[in-house]
Amino acid sequence: MHEWALAEAIIKTIDNVAKEKGEKIFRVIVKVGELQQIENDILEFALNELKKEYTLNDVEIVLEEEPAVLRCRVCGYEWKFRDNLANLDPLIAESIHFIPESVHAFIKCPSCGSPDFEIVKGRGVWIEEIEFEGE
Amino acid sequence: MDPRLAIINERLRNIGRIIAVGSGKGGVGKSVVSATLSLILSRKNFKVGLFDLDFKGPSCHLILGSTKELPKEEKGIIPPLINGVYFMTIYYYTGDNPLPLRGEEAVNVFRELLSITRWGELDYLIIDMPPGVGDETLELLKLIKRREILLVTTPSILSLNTVDKLVKLLKELKITILGMIENMRTKPSDIVEKYAQRNSIRYLGYIPFDNTLEDNIGKIESFLDTDFSKMLQKNVEKIL
Repeated sequence: MHEWALAEAIIKTIDNVAKEKGEKIFRVIVKVGELQQIENDILEFALNELKKEYTLNDVEIVLEEEPAVLRCRVCGYEWKFRDNLANLDPLIAESIHFIPESVHAFIKCPSCGSPDFEIVKGRGVWIEEIEFEGE
Repeated sequence: MDPRLAIINERLRNIGRIIAVGSGKGGVGKSVVSATLSLILSRKNFKVGLFDLDFKGPSCHLILGSTKELPKEEKGIIPPLINGVYFMTIYYYTGDNPLPLRGEEAVNVFRELLSITRWGELDYLIIDMPPGVGDETLELLKLIKRREILLVTTPSILSLNTVDKLVKLLKELKITILGMIENMRTKPSDIVEKYAQRNSIRYLGYIPFDNTLEDNIGKIESFLDTDFSKMLQKNVEKIL
């Protein structure tokens, strides 16, 4: 249910933006990075429950999954987190779920073995776009 | 847009006081002071949280004496109660593995920990600050609005020179400094007290170097009975 905490952050942000702008929000696009291994069903359920609490029922929240790509800072090799995920210990996968950057404690560059790599994309939850009514 | 920023201060809303323990320099006893302060407060029947935000080198778990309890997952993360202190650390997730992080990644860890941890109601939250005046410290000072800073230094020119950089930053940002503790004193000296006076910082007192401390790490009752713990308690009375 860690997804609930992230849903709360998304809803609170939408609520803040709506109040600051004084405009009605029509649609919100949320990127969900693969590295965080979010369960979309739970996130969606939490968002719908919280929308009721914040009277944001009319706002459409679109979840877009983004594949996680990692790039070694030493040798430049680029790879997909999906390739690691298949063989990952469930406890390690869970750590990365909670704190995506903990990936640096467990995964190394498949080419040169360095832990110094960057998360190019697909880290976690991010609000990509907020569309207002009448736009 | 980063949604986590909207929730961080909500998570800290029901906390009476937030005391961040900083030193600028590593190795001066910042983590030991943070953890011991939490234990002292819990023994006074306050509801206390300890947040180890020195996540590149977390060590508070060793002082609290347990790594077995894990956080509960319930609409976020609920820190476990360890020896009377609600305790959160990245150690739960990375264990003894090194966590090599660059700037933006460290900021992300910081935001993630702050946004998912649900402290509930606390009288005090003690934060073990990251050393230095880099990304994590700046992020802490920016994101946690109601923090008061407790400074720790040793009576060493090197330590004072480093803590001075943190002091200058805190003053520029107009952040409340609760006071300064002089740790690991080995001989009579007034350089810390004079430094505090020159900079209008409350000097809270000194703690002599206690060579029994190491043997009592992780043994809570005997640890709290050390001269270190007793002197710390005496010194912090003034700010609690």
